[in-house]
Amino acid sequence: MTKTLNLTLKVWRQKGQNSKGGLETYHAKNISSDMSFLEMIDVINEQLTLDGMEPIAFDHDCREGICGMCGTVVNGRPHGPEKGTTLCQLHMRHFSDGDTIVVEPWRSRAFKVIKDLVVDRSSLDKIIQAGGYISVNTGGAPDSNAILIPQEIAEKAMDAAACIGCGACVAACPNASAMLFTSAKISQLALLPQGKPEAAKRAMEMVRTMDGLGFGNCTNERECEAECPKEISIVNIARMNREFFKASFFSEVK
Amino acid sequence: MRLDAKIPGGPLAEKWDRHRFELKLVNPANKRKFEIIVVGTGLAGGSASASLAELGYNVKTFCIQDSPRRAHSIAAQGGINASKNYQNDGDSDWRLFYDTVKGGDFRSREANVYRLAQLSGNIIDQCVAQGVPFAREYGGQLANRSFGGAQVSRTFYARGQTGQQLLLGAYSALSRQIAAGKVTMYPRREMLDVVVVDGQARGIVVRNLVTGEIEKYAADAVVLATGGYANVFFLSTNAMASNVTAAYRAYKKGAFFANPCFTQIHPTCIPVHGAYQSKLTLMSESLRNDGRVWVPKKPGDKRSPSQIPEPERDYYLENKYPSFGNLVPRDVASRNAKEQCDTGKGVGETGLAVYLDFADAIKRDGKEVIAKKYGNLFQMYEKITADNPYETPMMIYPAVHYTMGGLWVDYNLMSTIDGLFVLGEANFSDHGANRLGASALMQGLADGYFIIPYTIGGYLAGNTKKKITTEHPAFNESLAQIDSQVKRLLSINGKRTVDDFHRQLGNILWEYCGMSRNDAGLEKARGLIRDLRGEFWENVLVPGSGSDFNQSLERAGRVADFLEFGELMIIDALTRRESCGGHFNEGHQTEESEAMRDDENFCHVSAWEYAGLEKEPLLNKEPLVFENVKLSQRSYK
Repeated sequence: MTKTLNLTLKVWRQKGQNSKGGLETYHAKNISSDMSFLEMIDVINEQLTLDGMEPIAFDHDCREGICGMCGTVVNGRPHGPEKGTTLCQLHMRHFSDGDTIVVEPWRSRAFKVIKDLVVDRSSLDKIIQAGGYISVNTGGAPDSNAILIPQEIAEKAMDAAACIGCGACVAACPNASAMLFTSAKISQLALLPQGKPEAAKRAMEMVRTMDGLGFGNCTNERECEAECPKEISIVNIARMNREFFKASFFSEVK
Repeated sequence: MRLDAKIPGGPLAEKWDRHRFELKLVNPANKRKFEIIVVGTGLAGGSASASLAELGYNVKTFCIQDSPRRAHSIAAQGGINASKNYQNDGDSDWRLFYDTVKGGDFRSREANVYRLAQLSGNIIDQCVAQGVPFAREYGGQLANRSFGGAQVSRTFYARGQTGQQLLLGAYSALSRQIAAGKVTMYPRREMLDVVVVDGQARGIVVRNLVTGEIEKYAADAVVLATGGYANVFFLSTNAMASNVTAAYRAYKKGAFFANPCFTQIHPTCIPVHGAYQSKLTLMSESLRNDGRVWVPKKPGDKRSPSQIPEPERDYYLENKYPSFGNLVPRDVASRNAKEQCDTGKGVGETGLAVYLDFADAIKRDGKEVIAKKYGNLFQMYEKITADNPYETPMMIYPAVHYTMGGLWVDYNLMSTIDGLFVLGEANFSDHGANRLGASALMQGLADGYFIIPYTIGGYLAGNTKKKITTEHPAFNESLAQIDSQVKRLLSINGKRTVDDFHRQLGNILWEYCGMSRNDAGLEKARGLIRDLRGEFWENVLVPGSGSDFNQSLERAGRVADFLEFGELMIIDALTRRESCGGHFNEGHQTEESEAMRDDENFCHVSAWEYAGLEKEPLLNKEPLVFENVKLSQRSYK
């Protein structure tokens, strides 16, 4: 059943990368329980605009949980309280009338705040650029059924490939580690026969780049796995570590 | 102007091969002397950027999101077609070609569609080589499913996330070229103009969405892969930032806009639940394989579905179309749902929904079988609506989903502006008046991986041009114009927000230029849009400044273009005096209320030429010639 809620929001407002930010309080009235969290922010923003104030800046695009563009920390949890859910798929029925909700941007040394809830996640792209691909040019690929891939391997690769690159794992980790993100790509490609020729180089380069960008290390807190909207498993981190050690000790790659 | 599609001669199946041979080549050492701009990083733009860079061109790639991995291709669920015939069920290039031409209601070009079918297999090969984890059989071979009513199983898929996996494949190839220094990536940029010098596209002007700065970039050719315009309806299944601005501003610079009234409305989406709604979510149409569509017989019946006994339910699709029943094509299913709701039989709080009921299927096959087939969809539905489809019927309603119209391009994918190429959903080329399921991904990747790398070479090789820089007056002119538009938007300081205008525009188009159209409604809508556009420029309220991150300002520019483009859609719909595919004019229907084409008078592409602000655009026609298929009328009774 649709209900309406009255909520108090404390939202992080920050003019730019070098400005000092702080929490501002807003009252959201008559919020339908059927709204998504982002639609609730839309409603507040319309009101702020009409009241002559600047609306809250926040990243979002597909609003169906797949593009990875949205994401803020809601009451201390990336993408809010629901398991396996992006912020755009979090509905207000999971909150109660009278709740106070604190909304903050991802916080990590590697993610600078651009404005309000918007952060710069280009460091994740840089990790992929370091080796998150198979070096094959367009054209000249063999017939797709020439490479047989056991179903369970294809499924495991797909489990890892489901990562949407939102950065919630980094935001959840007390060390701001990007290991879940990095390992998901390393795993996907290391599992598949097409990815094996470059597996050692990929593991070395991507891990090195990740470290260089200021992301922290993994101390097995498992917060990343708990908050990942696509429920990517930390098994991938174990696999990445194996790939990295294998590459360091046994491969020609330096 | 006479439109020359530059379709190569010879038999259909040999045209592309022959054309590739006839295209001039750029010497490998010379490729690095050319600069190419690609706008957009969806399947088409991402694959084009990577492939062009691999060939040696210097590529500058722009996207509106914070990363090239997020374009809306990512949201495609179902799959990608290819005529591999891996299932030995009689598929072939010819069959895929025929299905696509017929599905498009005979309003696409034979030569383009045949090429698409020919390239479909290469796409799968390429994606597998990149590590795209397609679904596999136990023996390790690729799995296929039948999709969208096709009689062969030619759809390749990666769970319900095929678009995501294909896009991440293209993104990985693009990332490799960024690392190699062959692509310079410009994220968070919005293209606001194409710069034309001596009749040739020589660059673009963009707004840096972080700093607000207007930036200029020069090149030897420009490639637009900026997607479709479904968001003109405000509510659609498109991403929030999807827009017509890049394509529309190219139109204003001389690129013709083809068939803007061809829009696709998908029948199985989650209904609108309130005025605050920001977008619509698609549910795979595979649900109609087992779900039964119905509404109460009595208008205004507000009882819960379980309280409505069998005799008081109207299974209208099964009754009206006994042989196809719930599986009629997208456009027919959508129109009928609207018809039921218009007579007051719609269900749910808004009355804008029909039931899709699985009770009989669960009784017949058991809950487990249904869960295996649709479990993830049921889960997604429950997440959004908080209703459990195993226990109560789903509620669905049609939503705008894809736009077949787009910038006119010739066989080389070049628009009517020399050196301006258009790929993917942004062009009009392959889907005619209606797109079949699992064909959009195929087209985007065919354009980007396998067509543009050849045809752009043909253009650049035959074209000795002097280098220009962004100091050329044409760039500054364009920059000044954009700058003044930004200032104007910020200075109006009216009383209505950008979204408020956008929502109203969407309502007008949905009502009068949506699933079914008639002349009186279209005329009325045209007036309403003109008035709304007038009010927009006097009463819009855009907060903030132009010199930083300002999402309201971004949207204001897009809505300003939608307000002009919406009228072009209506003009096109009024001019096309027939019904075909996604364009259903009530004045042109068979006795059984099906779309009635007029092949004698409207077997052409309508390509619109900009004539100036508030001036009637000019219609140019490209006749469609069918030498290989016989035009026929669809029937689903």
